[in-house]
Amino acid sequence: MRFVEEILARATLVKGEEPEVYGRSPYERPIEEHLQMGFILLDKPRGPSSHEIVAWIKKLMGIKAGHGGTLEPL
Amino acid sequence: MSGILPIGLGRATRLVKLLSLAGKEYVCLGRVHSETSPERLAKVLKLFEGRIYQRPPVRSSVKRAVRVRTIYKLEVLEISGREFLIRVRCQAGTYMRKLCYDVGEVLGTGAHMVELRRTGVGPFTEDDPRLVYLHEVWGAYRIWREEGDDTDLRRVVRPMEEMVPFLPVIVVRDTAVDALCHGASLAAPGVLRLSEDVRKGRVAAIFTKTGEIVGLMKPTMDAEDILKAETGIVAEPFKILMKPGTYPRFWKSFELKPPRT
Repeated sequence: MRFVEEILARATLVKGEEPEVYGRSPYERPIEEHLQMGFILLDKPRGPSSHEIVAWIKKLMGIKAGHGGTLEPL
Repeated sequence: MSGILPIGLGRATRLVKLLSLAGKEYVCLGRVHSETSPERLAKVLKLFEGRIYQRPPVRSSVKRAVRVRTIYKLEVLEISGREFLIRVRCQAGTYMRKLCYDVGEVLGTGAHMVELRRTGVGPFTEDDPRLVYLHEVWGAYRIWREEGDDTDLRRVVRPMEEMVPFLPVIVVRDTAVDALCHGASLAAPGVLRLSEDVRKGRVAAIFTKTGEIVGLMKPTMDAEDILKAETGIVAEPFKILMKPGTYPRFWKSFELKPPRT
């Protein structure tokens, strides 16, 4: 699954060229760095609130986290 | 309620918050409070397609003023006795609980929401192979911590770049990257490639050649004009995500001369 390559392929209008010099693929980051620049597409269970889920993930991984759009508990 | 909840980690937190503004899709189960014919119920439900007025519910995180929201599509999946099952594609900030309540008001019987599942957020749908359960997150993380194997963790946690497949794309030169990380505007010579849907004022994702996201910017001209431009600013910063110093610094800063004493 190389979703990023699909995104890059959309840039079809070419203005300039440049040989590869710096940087690396987002799929080749060291795992610690990968976590700091990552997201989880979660299938949330019913019960806990979105905030509780985020707090749980923060505690598990010991890093900052936030969600995109509240799914309030029933 | 269950369903799709994108969670951003670390620097990706800023990006994931933007998804709050994206369109949503829900499957919603509601129940009316007294008998009504299925035909009438279906007809009333259909009335809610299009632009609707909605006052946010008592338990909500926004100001409780009536606002207009758009229901792009409302599909009646099933009506059985007093219960109705609908699939709704709607604008961000539309409350399904309130929608069910309002359906009850129009019917005159009263109604409430019984169960809700979010089946779509912006570009993400339920059949997305990246969708994971909470126990998978826990398992993948523990395996990495305890056995040092990060294979599953990389499947569960995705690079933030994958969050923006719906945005126009601009690929920039390595030499432009660090200046952008420091909040500079993007100048014409810094652009390598771009997608046809780049439009003035519409947020675009800025990428390096290797596919790393630098941030989001607002183009100041359309794709065709950026292609022709030789000098000048073509995009202004909106949300910068990459840490300064990731790429080497190629730009000069002007130092102010100390005032003469």
